[in-house]
Amino acid sequence: MIRFNNVTKSYPRAAAGQSALSNVSFRIAKGEFVFLTGPSGAGKSTILKLLYMDERPTSGEVRVSGYSSLEIKRRDVAKLRRRLGIVFQDFQLLEDRTAEANVGFALEVIGTPAANIPNKVARALTQVGLASKATAFPKELSGGEQQRVAFARALVNDPFVLIADEPTGNLDERATRGIFQLLREINASGTAVMMATHDLQLVRSTDYRCIELNHGEIVFDSADAPKIEVEAD
Amino acid sequence: MLALRTALTAFRRAPLLSVLSITTIAFSLFAFGLFGLVALNIRNALQQVEERVEIRAFVAEGTTVERITATGDEIAKFPEVARVDVVTQEQALDRARKELGEFKDVFESQFLPASLDVHLKQGFRDPATVRTVADRIRGYDFVDDVRFGEEWITQLYRLRNIAGVAGLTLGLAFAAVAIIIIGATIRMAVLARSREISIMRLVGATDGFIRRPFLIEGSIKGVLGGFLALVMTYLAMRVLEQYLHFETAFFDRRLATLGVIFGALMGLMGSAVSVGRHLRRV
Repeated sequence: MIRFNNVTKSYPRAAAGQSALSNVSFRIAKGEFVFLTGPSGAGKSTILKLLYMDERPTSGEVRVSGYSSLEIKRRDVAKLRRRLGIVFQDFQLLEDRTAEANVGFALEVIGTPAANIPNKVARALTQVGLASKATAFPKELSGGEQQRVAFARALVNDPFVLIADEPTGNLDERATRGIFQLLREINASGTAVMMATHDLQLVRSTDYRCIELNHGEIVFDSADAPKIEVEAD
Repeated sequence: MLALRTALTAFRRAPLLSVLSITTIAFSLFAFGLFGLVALNIRNALQQVEERVEIRAFVAEGTTVERITATGDEIAKFPEVARVDVVTQEQALDRARKELGEFKDVFESQFLPASLDVHLKQGFRDPATVRTVADRIRGYDFVDDVRFGEEWITQLYRLRNIAGVAGLTLGLAFAAVAIIIIGATIRMAVLARSREISIMRLVGATDGFIRRPFLIEGSIKGVLGGFLALVMTYLAMRVLEQYLHFETAFFDRRLATLGVIFGALMGLMGSAVSVGRHLRRV
């Protein structure tokens, strides 16, 4: 489903010899839950950007759901993203739109017939537990609630994988637990989850797969550790 | 439909920026329009002067009116010739009396020669053609002299060419400035909505989809700016007319429509460049 083959990524302005990622290889199976951990600058966000093809590898190949980074066209990137759900630490909501309008926006811009939008939006907001706040604007919601709206937007197109870049980074402990519970539910319904996080406590509290990065290299992958079963591709 | 709605929403969300954009477009098109108006009036004036380009063939004394008329008919059949007026000695005298009123008592009958006044068709009034036709007329044995103000025609044509080149150059320069200004105003709109654009890309909107509302917005701004510029140009012309007591021509409906379409095209091009640049970078 997702495969990184000897991926190296260098940014043009980086110091000579410094890569954001060096020879990174891993696979993620359908429905898997994977944590990406590591200190700041370790390459977590770069992996996620490569995954939704916002960046291309300097060398190596990224394959996502049949699309290869070596040959994907700009237009196909849009098609691929319709099958991904992406959330960020800073929620990225439109402040001048209500929660339901923010979620509906994701459907509108990919040409979903207007008649189908309200039902899908209501279903997504219910899934994240925000049905009662559909008409609230982002500034009327707490951080945790805003992140739930972002999750609803990411889920409304039934993605096969949810990519979450530090989704709990701006939240207090209680909201973090709520969001994590939501991620588990999403994963339990069959959607793969790839979550970048600093929160080691959160990672240790579960037995989900964990890929740890440092200086652009994978230093630990629990899938390779003897205590965890390696899932077939 | 969604693209149009989004474009119109953009106007509602940022009315000040929209008004600023339209006004800027209107002012650049206004400058363009004013120049166009000057060019139009120079062209009209030149056309009027040009219509007076004629070749006058003076006929030798004693030539019969029948012969002069027959020759006039023959010359009228030249492909370059629009019309030939036969001016008899009496008519020449009458004309001289009218034109030079203070000397009217001095002129006596038979004092002035009869002539053939040859008017050329539009497009055949350039110095070379006038000279060729004049030479052909000179070939008739009863023609004493042929006059056509060679120097004057050459000057006239030079003036027209200069006006044409200057018009085109300045027109293009104004158009380029207008496109840059439109591009900058759309760029402001693009930047104001950069968060929306990045979210659109994230959830899988195509570049074409993202671009469309901006192109519509640019075109609408261009059209509105074009209309405003037309009104401003018209008012400026009326004010000038009043102060200078100078009758001027305004753009006809075809030219006015072309101006507005040109405004829309500039809006479209300016926004296409701006959005294209932004999309390539994000």
